[in-house]
Amino acid sequence: MNHLGKYAIALAALAVPLAAQAHKMWLLPSATSVAGNDPWITVDAAVSNDLFFADHMPGALDRLVIIAPNGQPIQAENAFTGKYRSVFDVHLTQQGTYKIAMLNRGALASYELNGEKKRWRGNPVDMTKALPVGAKNVEVTESISRVETFVSNGKPNDAALKPSGDGIEMVPVTAVNDLVAGEPASFRLLLDGKPAANLEVTAIAGATRYRNAPEEIKATTDSDGKFTLTWPHAGMYWVNANTQDRHTQISQAKQRRVAYSATLEVLPE
Amino acid sequence: MRRLLMTAPVLALATPTMAADMNVTVTLPQLTVAEYHRPYVSVWIERADKSIASQLAVWYAQKESKEGAGTKWLPELRLWWRHGGRDQQMPVDSVSGATRPAGEQTLKFESGKAPLGDLPAGKYELVVEAARETGGREVVRVPFEWPAAGAQHVGKSGSVELGAVKLDLAP
Repeated sequence: MNHLGKYAIALAALAVPLAAQAHKMWLLPSATSVAGNDPWITVDAAVSNDLFFADHMPGALDRLVIIAPNGQPIQAENAFTGKYRSVFDVHLTQQGTYKIAMLNRGALASYELNGEKKRWRGNPVDMTKALPVGAKNVEVTESISRVETFVSNGKPNDAALKPSGDGIEMVPVTAVNDLVAGEPASFRLLLDGKPAANLEVTAIAGATRYRNAPEEIKATTDSDGKFTLTWPHAGMYWVNANTQDRHTQISQAKQRRVAYSATLEVLPE
Repeated sequence: MRRLLMTAPVLALATPTMAADMNVTVTLPQLTVAEYHRPYVSVWIERADKSIASQLAVWYAQKESKEGAGTKWLPELRLWWRHGGRDQQMPVDSVSGATRPAGEQTLKFESGKAPLGDLPAGKYELVVEAARETGGREVVRVPFEWPAAGAQHVGKSGSVELGAVKLDLAP
């Protein structure tokens, strides 16, 4: 009994960080290095716990932004949203590196109106207008999250990788489509365009369903926002970093949650 | 032995005036598989920093299509692609060509002429990468020093996708 009790406490302690962790939002490209006269890729977008299995919610394609190698946005093609995943194609008509991103910006307001508890969720810029006159005890949390992946047609370039200065962004130091198992790869994280120091970065290889341990690899950004990961094997990796701060757009919001994740392909040597 | 000793000084004297030769033999193994496609192959000379000093050969499917036929699959030669294959615009004169059948493929190069060009003296590696549709991928490396002091025959064998790779150098 005593033994069981200890076990239960240990389990409860383990459950806390897991419960705090939200589902993973991800993009999964069919290829990350392409060539030829008319290259296309197809991409899955979904939210799930297991990587990269679409078994929970589809990605919201209204938040999709694709930046072409000339730095300009382009449209996805053949987009479709199903029960568990969204799918779209990208026609890579330019030579260079494409950034495929889902940018989620939101505000969650809870308030009381005539003694009744109410909630509003939406774009932060709409909030002031959306809240009714007479709303009391307004509490607002702002959030900004980016989910990205990168594909190069022929020779890579970095026009699409220029940071916008908003939320967490990743700037590759090692070319982002040149990742090889066993070779260290470095990146920089920026928070609102400035080096994001001391952030913990977690990378998880796909196919989590087929192993018992999550096998996370971790790194922490230095004062320049730089971190280095050495991929234990080839595969698609989901790289994630989160933080919280008070740099809110909306004055009513006391806190901002900021998240970044990228799907990176690592090839065998 | 005696004859060798006598000819050696003659060869050494001849070096500056004669163009150095490089012969490369790539053996593509005969594979008994249900679905066989000739492999894509790239042959190049690599500097110590992994960059390409000379692109010697690229063999890929030449059949034309909207997708650019074979060029679509060139990234499958992923070591070559990453270290500079993608910087080249196919086709390349006297370098790119059709895939080749199983057997010994001999390539002859001459110093000062394309595609070998004038290779500065130094340490290099001859790299051969092969990737086969519905098959595997393999890389064979043969280190050498250029220019060769005397006639040199070096080589290495692959295990599955490549057989013997031979490099014959003549000063």
